[in-house]
Amino acid sequence: MVSVWKKLMNKFLRNLFKRKSHVKLGLYGPPNGGKSTLANKICEDWLGESMSSVSHIAHETREIVIKEQISIKNKKGKELSFSLVDTPGIATRIDYEDFIKRGMKNTMAKKRAKEATKGVIDSIKWLDTMEAVVVVLDSTQDPYSQVNITIMGNLVARDIPVLIAANKVDLKRSNMDRIKAAFPQYNVVGISAKYGKNVDEFYEELFKVVK
Amino acid sequence: MVTFQFIPYGEVEYLSSAKRINRLLNIVKENKIVLMEGRLKKQEEADLIEITMEEINSKFRGIELSVIYPDNKHDGMKKVKTHVMNALLGDRRGMTIIGPANVVRKIEQNPDKIELFTRDSKKRRR
Repeated sequence: MVSVWKKLMNKFLRNLFKRKSHVKLGLYGPPNGGKSTLANKICEDWLGESMSSVSHIAHETREIVIKEQISIKNKKGKELSFSLVDTPGIATRIDYEDFIKRGMKNTMAKKRAKEATKGVIDSIKWLDTMEAVVVVLDSTQDPYSQVNITIMGNLVARDIPVLIAANKVDLKRSNMDRIKAAFPQYNVVGISAKYGKNVDEFYEELFKVVK
Repeated sequence: MVTFQFIPYGEVEYLSSAKRINRLLNIVKENKIVLMEGRLKKQEEADLIEITMEEINSKFRGIELSVIYPDNKHDGMKKVKTHVMNALLGDRRGMTIIGPANVVRKIEQNPDKIELFTRDSKKRRR
């Protein structure tokens, strides 16, 4: 009963925002999938400035970062306006020793681990406020991870429209087919956020998902 | 040595979500791998991750989680039958595996098989 009520409320809120043609768009996914790189690409393309810092070490984004009022246009000249929410990567484990292995000092590694745990909690809490979500997955990694499945399941349960961005298609090990096979019911677009490959297609897909 | 603890669905069926998650997490924190009959609700899975993050410290570094669930591609009467059975008996299908991150290095899940890699041995398969 509660979930039905929640779904109705979400639908109502989304319709309300639909009329305003302004939505809260979240970037979700596991750590190091390229959420912040994609956030930067979107902001550079449409605002001429970057949004988040990026790093090859996981959990670089440990706090929710929001960029208000981004307006994008598609080929037909249609406009879509949204607030972009870059979220910390969702993980089930955070080991400070992993950061030490990547060259960090003990104190910094422990601090980063603590902040990262808080980041994961915030990401999950913020799910309820999203009106559309882009799930950013590393296309070189196994898509059948439980974190991915849990994220997708929770978005479906909340009736939130989803677009999957299969990132890092510029890498040799990238496997789009595996992601499409893992999530056949969703729109999947292969991109390289770092090099801007296929981002135009990504924007077109975004218009389809956030109607 | 790796210890597996089986949790039958009936043992957690009537617990509240919070109690169910705590029950599972307490076992995992004893460095045991939980094999639970059935699965958690989607919201409970997210809550499990959230509570795990709150509990992380220098000794407990999180969990590895995996769920095997049969593909629900039935149609017609079979689908209705499944829904009725689930409503009456609870959704006991599938299996949930939760292991402590300091014991389980990773769980690889292909749609119909699970491979569990532990930290102390190079490779262990289920």
